Amino acid sequence: MEFAMASAIGVLVAAGVYLLLRARTFDVILGLTLLSYATNLLIFSSGRLVVGKPPVLRAAAAATPEHYADPLPQALVLTAIVISFAMTAVVVVVAMRNHADLRSDHVDGREPERKPPPGGLPDGKDAGA
Amino acid sequence: MMQHLVLVPILLPLLTGAILLLLERRHEVRVLRRGAWMGLSLLLLASVALVLRADEGRVEAYLMGDWPSRLGIVLMLDRLSALMVLTTTLLAIPALLYACAGWDRRALHFHALFQIQLAGLNGAFLTGDIFNLFVFFEVMLIASYGLLLSGARGERIAAGMHYVVFNIAASTLFLIALGLLYGLLGSLNMAELSVRVAAVAPGDVALVRVTLGLLLVVFCAKAALLPMYLWLPEAYARAPAAVAALFVVMTKVGLYALLRTGTLWFGEAAGPLEGFGRQPMLVLGMVTMLVASLGVVGSLRLRIGAAYLVLMSSGLLFVAFMLATPGTIAAGLYYLPHSCFAGAAMFLIAHIVQRERGRAGDRVLPTAPPMPAVTGVVYLLAAVALVGLPPLSGFIGKFLLLGEVPDADTGWVYAAVLGSSLLALIGLSRTGSRLFWRTGRQEVREPWEEEPPRVRGQELAATMLLLGYVVAMGLLPAPVLRYATATAEQLLQPAEYVHQVRDTLPQRRAP
Repeated sequence: MEFAMASAIGVLVAAGVYLLLRARTFDVILGLTLLSYATNLLIFSSGRLVVGKPPVLRAAAAATPEHYADPLPQALVLTAIVISFAMTAVVVVVAMRNHADLRSDHVDGREPERKPPPGGLPDGKDAGA
Repeated sequence: MMQHLVLVPILLPLLTGAILLLLERRHEVRVLRRGAWMGLSLLLLASVALVLRADEGRVEAYLMGDWPSRLGIVLMLDRLSALMVLTTTLLAIPALLYACAGWDRRALHFHALFQIQLAGLNGAFLTGDIFNLFVFFEVMLIASYGLLLSGARGERIAAGMHYVVFNIAASTLFLIALGLLYGLLGSLNMAELSVRVAAVAPGDVALVRVTLGLLLVVFCAKAALLPMYLWLPEAYARAPAAVAALFVVMTKVGLYALLRTGTLWFGEAAGPLEGFGRQPMLVLGMVTMLVASLGVVGSLRLRIGAAYLVLMSSGLLFVAFMLATPGTIAAGLYYLPHSCFAGAAMFLIAHIVQRERGRAGDRVLPTAPPMPAVTGVVYLLAAVALVGLPPLSGFIGKFLLLGEVPDADTGWVYAAVLGSSLLALIGLSRTGSRLFWRTGRQEVREPWEEEPPRVRGQELAATMLLLGYVVAMGLLPAPVLRYATATAEQLLQPAEYVHQVRDTLPQRRAP
């Protein structure tokens, strides 16, 4: 399970960073979203991965740590999810205004001078037109 | 009753902001202003009371919700936190004064966002829990996005986009570091962490080093250290003047976090991690200063120059805090409020100049009708303060810092501090002489052209208030210096901080 979790986080981070470094606002937003998913999984797993144990006290189980999952990372991840959700909403609004005002979804608000090499970027000059 | 005082600087602006948000619909801007001023004056009272309380020399731990510190969130009050809260409040007063001259009518939700930003800033300074620090960072940032972007169009949106994306990426990195930190050390309380960092098992040292390194990268990004400052000049220069003035303190939040964690975690008791990251940050701080001073010389607009001056002071504070002797930290803590006030004043002056010159804006070109002498005088005062010429407080701060630099580092630090000051002096003199001296002859304004709008007295008053702080700090440096020295001593003995957190027990709840 640890291996699956670690690889999932790794793949999400790799895809997120790749998308974040692209020059289109939509890709950047997707990249930030993927990165925040990876972060949430990472925080969640920082309390160690356990199966079938509740984070809150139950009468059925004795009140010792081995019967319970660590509740703190779950609380942390909830906070992180809420915040990253709000931040994504903000970026989407900013990106839409950016696009509406500057007629371009390039992150700098205007297309670069050089044309991209043929076969390089699929979205070329007329992305914002 | 008095122990709840530490909560006031967070709760008060938060409540004021919420109430203002409710009032916004029904009432005109006059009512909102009155509410904002009421909140801010109460906040000033609370901040002064906090400083007086912290100056008794004790560290106070406040348990939120009466949960024991290992389970809940603690707020900490010591000299450093109180100083930062007071600096923020003192900076907020002229910023609000300036905004009330007219900007607040044009920006949506300005007053509410301004108060929420203050709540986030104060919370970041007062919290003793590193995850809570993250939350307050986000409160501060989300309010700053609103302030920066409300009513924004075109180029300002593009600069805002960079600012938002950069900060979200940095926050994600912050969260990653926190997740790893909790997984490795099992606590998020800063004082508790200092004990666990010192006692880390030899096998884990490398992992802890990576985690804390990530955390330091995040703080450096917030404080705009060299490779991570590129977002700052455009974003600050395009922000509305009053907002830019308040933003000056935002880079100081990163520096505060570095100073706090540096003294708590990487002090003398930290074992293998003693002085972690100090040398690279010292070097990068010096390079930041030099690069920023080149930016001041090369800037074509006054506001870009002001943003580079903020960067330069940030670099100087890096140098002061990373040398980490009592003397340099004290000099840095004296310089920190000064640089906030003077940097903010420069943003306000840039906006005043922009308005007085009409079409020429704040570009450094000699093409406008002559400006009133008073604008020139405030520019001169702000420039003298920022460069660090006597008799204002910038000189005292830099002089003290240079005097306290350990012998081994004198060569490089002297070269960086004095070289960057010289370059800034050249840049600011050139800007000043072009803007204020060589005027009038190049362009004769046609009579039918619009008269540029007159500067409102209130805006000038806000600028003068900021410069008044600087002059006061220069004329009466002794109380501030004594406080800064005591703060540095307190910071370098983190044992008391840790004990206070561990010894503060819940009052009503059985532990």
